[in-house]
Amino acid sequence: MGRSLENKINLEEILPCNTFKTRVPQVEVEKNIKPAPSRYRNEIAKYLIYRDEEKCIMCGTCVKTCTKGVHVLKKGYKLFATSLSYTCNGFVCEKTENFCVAKCPNGALRLIKNPMMEVMGDFRWTSDMILATWRMAETGEILPEDSDFVYETGDSGGGFDRIRIVFPDKPAKVDSDEIDISLELNRRNDGRPKIKIDVPWYGGGMSFGSISNVTQLAKVRAATAWNTFSCTGEGGYMERLRPYDDHMITQVATGLFGVREETIQRVPIVEFKYAQGAKPGLGGHLLGTKNTPAVAKMREAVQGIPLFSPFPFHSVYSIEDHMKHIDWIKHINPRALISTKVSTPTDVDMVAVGSYYAGTHIIHIDGGYGGTGAAPDIAKKNIAMPIDYAIPKVHNFLSAEGVRDAVVLIASGGIRNYYDIAKAICLGADGVVVGTAELVALCCLRCSRCESGKGCPRGIATTNPELASQVTIEWGTQRIINLYNAWSIGLKDILRRLELKTIKELRGRTDLLIHLDISKKQN
Amino acid sequence: MPEKYHIKTSHVLPRLPRIGKCGIVDWREDCARCHNCVKKACVYDKYREENTFIRDLDEVHTLYYECMGCFSCVQNCTKNLLTLALNSEYQKLGNEYWTPQILSTTWLEAETGKVPVSGAGYRGKFSGPGFDSMWTDMSEIVRPTRDGIHGREYISTSVDIGKKPSFLNFQNNKLETVLPPLISIPFPVIFDMSSEKHTLPVLEPCIIETAKQTGLIAIIDSKKWKSIKLHNIEQYLKNIAFFLSPDGPQIPKEILDKTRLVEIPDNKNIEQQIASIKKNHPGIIIAVRIFMDEKVVKRVDELSRIDIEAIHLVADLNGNEINAKNPRFMKEIIREVHECLIKNEKRDEITLIAGGGIGLSEHVAKAIICGADLVSMNLPLLIAIECRLCESCRPGDYCPAKLETEIDLQYGGGRMTNLIGAWHWQLVELMGAMGMREVRRLRGDVGRAMFKDEIEEEIYGPIFRK
Repeated sequence: MGRSLENKINLEEILPCNTFKTRVPQVEVEKNIKPAPSRYRNEIAKYLIYRDEEKCIMCGTCVKTCTKGVHVLKKGYKLFATSLSYTCNGFVCEKTENFCVAKCPNGALRLIKNPMMEVMGDFRWTSDMILATWRMAETGEILPEDSDFVYETGDSGGGFDRIRIVFPDKPAKVDSDEIDISLELNRRNDGRPKIKIDVPWYGGGMSFGSISNVTQLAKVRAATAWNTFSCTGEGGYMERLRPYDDHMITQVATGLFGVREETIQRVPIVEFKYAQGAKPGLGGHLLGTKNTPAVAKMREAVQGIPLFSPFPFHSVYSIEDHMKHIDWIKHINPRALISTKVSTPTDVDMVAVGSYYAGTHIIHIDGGYGGTGAAPDIAKKNIAMPIDYAIPKVHNFLSAEGVRDAVVLIASGGIRNYYDIAKAICLGADGVVVGTAELVALCCLRCSRCESGKGCPRGIATTNPELASQVTIEWGTQRIINLYNAWSIGLKDILRRLELKTIKELRGRTDLLIHLDISKKQN
Repeated sequence: MPEKYHIKTSHVLPRLPRIGKCGIVDWREDCARCHNCVKKACVYDKYREENTFIRDLDEVHTLYYECMGCFSCVQNCTKNLLTLALNSEYQKLGNEYWTPQILSTTWLEAETGKVPVSGAGYRGKFSGPGFDSMWTDMSEIVRPTRDGIHGREYISTSVDIGKKPSFLNFQNNKLETVLPPLISIPFPVIFDMSSEKHTLPVLEPCIIETAKQTGLIAIIDSKKWKSIKLHNIEQYLKNIAFFLSPDGPQIPKEILDKTRLVEIPDNKNIEQQIASIKKNHPGIIIAVRIFMDEKVVKRVDELSRIDIEAIHLVADLNGNEINAKNPRFMKEIIREVHECLIKNEKRDEITLIAGGGIGLSEHVAKAIICGADLVSMNLPLLIAIECRLCESCRPGDYCPAKLETEIDLQYGGGRMTNLIGAWHWQLVELMGAMGMREVRRLRGDVGRAMFKDEIEEEIYGPIFRK
């Protein structure tokens, strides 16, 4: 957006005087796709290859047979190096000519499924999905067709995991290069910038405090490379984010942590957070142990004290109050688009329509199963409806009200991969917000310890400098850029197979979906 | 404003080693001795703790399962020797309904008295049977919410047991209506009798102590009354409700008069029995215990036509209908019974207590939304004192949780009180999210919930049934 905005509009005319004077040069980040291997010594493999050293005659047949480079016999070495098991395709190979176990002349190889797969992952993010996301973040490519990973759906047994896209049998005539997946974020024709992002997703709000400053920077740098957005969350606006102002969304949430007139004036999009999917109806909560001196300074709070965001906005008890909020921001920042983030109560459709009439540009619904930060377990499981239901409910209501094309509907809360993006758009969203997937790209494996003590042991959702030092900005940026690239390829491929040329054409196409339980019942 | 309900909780450590979900399989024999050991770098210092644990161990067969499952050591070991494995002991805990997850959550609540919190979003199934097929609502802008949760405002969890007249008669500015007895308890939970499967001598004293600490009521089988050993039992009578077992001993009048509630099993002569008790103990409230079976709604319909104050509906331990070929879950039965009482215009005159499958704090709110005034529970109290539901609690049998002898009131009562404290805060969280001030108002308010079958039909039906 930054590039397009700077090219088309004279910033001096639209930015407040002090913002124009204090604006720092904006940084461009190249969208180069290059390998970004795991930062851990041992990659977790789905399958393990065991070599019986006594039986192995070092003939090298396995090296020649395997097309995935699992077996490594370096020139001049008398022994095999440790197998690169994580590249192994597993039992899929059994049916091919490349099955090393069968080809070994002395029966020295044995293949098993890694028992750690049972420990890793959960019903929503299966071990396969986590490993596949890591692979996409490493290579920037979607997984090859012969891959053994089931990553399109999780194992939750409902919602997106029971919905499938139905592709036509005939070969597609559309070329992937012709397909446009960009998304316009202002449909109001109100004179504010027509911001367009290159992909139909942007990064979710995660505050400095809930995640490290390195993670936050990696997120926004990747968003800059892909001409989309990242969000500050409600923990204030780091100075180090200023070179990326044009790709930032700043959040005005109930705690108003670090919110100043000046931070609101920096950005092209301001997001009101009324509720969040991780803990609908409960506000935010940063545990005292994560409130380090740096976090406290940013939030203008006292170090070590748990920080709560009150819920709800105590200045908003009606749509009219919400409108006053929006008018306030629009007045402070005349170029800003307004996003309104709400969770998914039974009347989410009414909330969305009300928010449209209050003047919002983007309605962001965050479903009850989403979220990345600390939340009471009872809230995560029980409160508010999953996004899988909320999208069609809101889309249909906005359509019936005749305002669907005047507002952008963004969905979040359980969007894990490009299949979920496609399904969300088919159900009626214009685009999505992603959070957990970005963290998984940085080698998060959802151990759910981000809330305790020093925070994330993997160095992602922590404010402990020692833990955070595990991730570098360059590596983190590259991993997310790569993931976005793989998703972009994957999403375009879905459109190609559906013979659609733009992502817009996919919106509301529920006829392209089946539900494995409901559609089956009908038959 | 009524006095704020506060349960005093304090950390009560488990007696036994924790049964965590996973542990590290450590292949020490292949270690490279690289002096760069990842174990030293464990963020949680679990390896060092494990060494201490092994050194002080008095039972050789106990393993250390406190690994947090972050995989950092697995992925950084120089020789790739470490493997994370699921703890089979953890997987064997409980049963299909009382899952290992429920047991470990209950243990955490009993230890800390706090609301379990974790990161990284929801990890479970999309929905499930029973209470897992409904979600509670939330409100975007309605108070009281966070204010109530943090005590700046008050969210009341009090409920009443007894008959509430639908109107009052006044004559010459004087109240003419004789007000029936009414019990108010500060949290919509009472403690039910232990099932025959789970009978332990240590249990009742701890439960009664917890009832006193929390201001709640424990139902005690009259058959067990004489065997309960509690110092100065008089002080506990307010928090005891006797179940007047037909084959149990007579409870002395002076004892029964000091209690506020009794429970009797449903029988053909229920009307006469109630009249007889009322004659001798006019201030006591009588609840009739009915099993949730195929005839339950019909029976409630009959009972609602006589002078009855409270009905205690009891499902089996897993919350299912009793003696049914295709048992329904208790939430469906509660809804039907609730609707039956509304139809008979008796809803406010009869208190509905529902029990059987209440295993987590969320079940309390969900059962109330379905139509109960309050719930009863027992197994979570047993789990709080580290029971694993191995179903082998019979005199003389080995109890892996050492519950036959080792339990004292401070530990047992402390853990159970912590559990109720954690449940109370979680109910407040749910009500805060709904924007509700009073749990009484939640009763039967199905508009505050989303039922999976209904919402799926409403939203997905038109899409996928085309």
